[in-house]
Amino acid sequence: MSNYKMNVLICGGTGCKAAESANIQARFKNILEEKSLEDEVQVIMTGCFGFCEQGPIVKILPDNTFYVRVTPSDIEEIVMEHFIKGRPVERLLYKDPKTKESVPATKGMDFYKKQLRIALRNCGFINPERIEEYIARDGYLALATCLTEKTPAEVIGEIKESGLRGRGGGGFPTGLKWELTAKSVSDKKYVVCNADEGDPGAFMDRSILEGDPHSVIEAMAICGYCIGADEGVVYIRAEYPLAIERLKIAIKQARESGLLGKNIFGTEFNFDIELRYGAGAFVCGEETALIHSMEGLRGEPTFKPPFPSQEGYMKKPTNVNNVETFANVPVIINKGASWFNKIGTEKSKGTKVFALAGKINNVGLIEVPMGTTLREVIYEIGGGIKDGKEFKSVQTGGPSGGCLTKKFLDTPIDYDNLIAAGSMMGSGGMIVMDEDDCMVSIAKFYLEFTLEESCGKCSPCRIGNKRLHEILDKITQGKGKEEDIERLQELSHVIKDTSLCGLGQSSPNPVLSTILNFRDEYLAHVKDGKCPAGQCKAMLKYTINEENCTGCTLCFRNCPVGAITGERRAPHFIDQALCIKCGVCYEKCKFDAVKLA
Amino acid sequence: MGKITSLSDLKRIREEVQSQIKIRENSDHPEQMVQIKVGMATCGIASGARETMNYFIEETEHQAIDAIVTQTGCMGYCYAEPTVEVILPGKEPVVFGYVNKKKAEEIIEKYIVQGELIDGIIPLSFKTIDD
Repeated sequence: MSNYKMNVLICGGTGCKAAESANIQARFKNILEEKSLEDEVQVIMTGCFGFCEQGPIVKILPDNTFYVRVTPSDIEEIVMEHFIKGRPVERLLYKDPKTKESVPATKGMDFYKKQLRIALRNCGFINPERIEEYIARDGYLALATCLTEKTPAEVIGEIKESGLRGRGGGGFPTGLKWELTAKSVSDKKYVVCNADEGDPGAFMDRSILEGDPHSVIEAMAICGYCIGADEGVVYIRAEYPLAIERLKIAIKQARESGLLGKNIFGTEFNFDIELRYGAGAFVCGEETALIHSMEGLRGEPTFKPPFPSQEGYMKKPTNVNNVETFANVPVIINKGASWFNKIGTEKSKGTKVFALAGKINNVGLIEVPMGTTLREVIYEIGGGIKDGKEFKSVQTGGPSGGCLTKKFLDTPIDYDNLIAAGSMMGSGGMIVMDEDDCMVSIAKFYLEFTLEESCGKCSPCRIGNKRLHEILDKITQGKGKEEDIERLQELSHVIKDTSLCGLGQSSPNPVLSTILNFRDEYLAHVKDGKCPAGQCKAMLKYTINEENCTGCTLCFRNCPVGAITGERRAPHFIDQALCIKCGVCYEKCKFDAVKLA
Repeated sequence: MGKITSLSDLKRIREEVQSQIKIRENSDHPEQMVQIKVGMATCGIASGARETMNYFIEETEHQAIDAIVTQTGCMGYCYAEPTVEVILPGKEPVVFGYVNKKKAEEIIEKYIVQGELIDGIIPLSFKTIDD
């Protein structure tokens, strides 16, 4: 029996690991040994807490103290003050940005109040490298119940009734997908987990695999039982080394415990899982491209039908689901479809995990019931816009999504509402933009991404996106014309209508949605030659006000390209032909003489 | 951990391993638990608060009482160390003084299990800012 009276949970997600959480763990162990407390305080590395903005996170239990931005040099103080004397270290507590007061426990934090954690239920709670802790939280109970008490059709019925839809972006009903694959007749079938998370700024799937790998393994086995497959494959990108590591440990432990392998739970059911590494191509998140990549072919999509449920991996029926979708499955079985389908909106059930990023105070990972409004997510959980700036737009759905404006802030988030608003759910990236962001540049940024990631197989995507990018580039250079806006729209529609796969069909979305919601800004670029956000460098013009200039030569000495001329104690001038708009003169001038137009 | 070959196997192992994460499970909803706070300032520790705390942890574990045992700072009753505050679900906190092993045994047996008040309660002599 363990004698531990305290638990120290250290975030072991990639973000916090990069910020020295491994050293923090080592330091805790050292100091606890020094003070002979190693039998009283247990130190556990867990998955992501979601509050990445304030990482590394250290949580002390049972008193639920939440320390933020902890460094290895703080550990001695925590041990001496908190563990030995029972006083929390005030300066490391999370401070409420509104009241500026310390919030000792997670319950008082706005960040956690509105969240409902289903897919992330074990993240930041259990040690992902110990199967025992997963089992203690009802792990593998769903698989056991399915195998010993339910028929595959009953389980599929349960998933259908729950209303679970694919969390990777498309929102296809999961139960229906399972049913279709189950109906396909074949000697061999496959379950594939799509862990090829590629949207810029999205890290939901990585965090689930890092924090709770067994939930995905269990769900894949349940899926295998339902569709009649004995082999599962996780397609994961090689850029996720920690997730791969944890997944490998989890698979090994599941095999050793007999939860993967032959005759699971004493039944006829056999199931095992292997890993395939992707090289990080965005298009490989598309299921047909993913399957080709798994087969060792080029990661290029093919036309559907045939759907993977009929003819997928190795030409056999294959069920492909995303990580987060799988992570929901064991909970649905354990708690029942009728519990799950009470959460959320009419057509979107359950919760969704979002990765909050951009100009927002609490960058991190959150899970909220479907139907939560964007305002609640951004202002209450996200803590509002950084530096008190004005909200401008929120980008959802990654490179395939769109930018939503202020007027959509009170829209309840679900699959259908986001599509109606001109964006999409996507895999759950949410990038917040403030008044300093130029929407034309944002559209250009996303297009640069699709341009890089297009596989090049079909011409609308390969050539069309290139042309779109050229026009956008021209506009940000200040060389755009009014008719370019129409041209962008026309070309976008052609690309959407004629591209082969989801990547091309959705790649113009950021362009279309920014034109729709921010036409003014496009017009300012092409008509007035101005970038309202001041982001497009080519359109900036620095000049020196002769009255204010004292001839101190500071700008002259700092200009990296020698564009500034002038005598000592006489007004200086900027040669516009040489100026590279770096803004150094503007920053250095002490007399407010450099003006920005 | 051996092979799991049946549903009952899994349930048995779940019971066994649940104690490993009990501290974490309980801290999620402290208001439904018996909360035992042991004053662990310098004077408390010098008077044996550490032994008292360990005893509470072992005994609540042993008797399967759903309790969270935490340490807290100086409560100000230095004359009566070790001091222990006990909060039963839905009840007002009660502070006991001079809690050695024997007293702790009595607190568990009489107050926590049977709900009877016992000698040695320190009356609250102050208001907190939350009152």
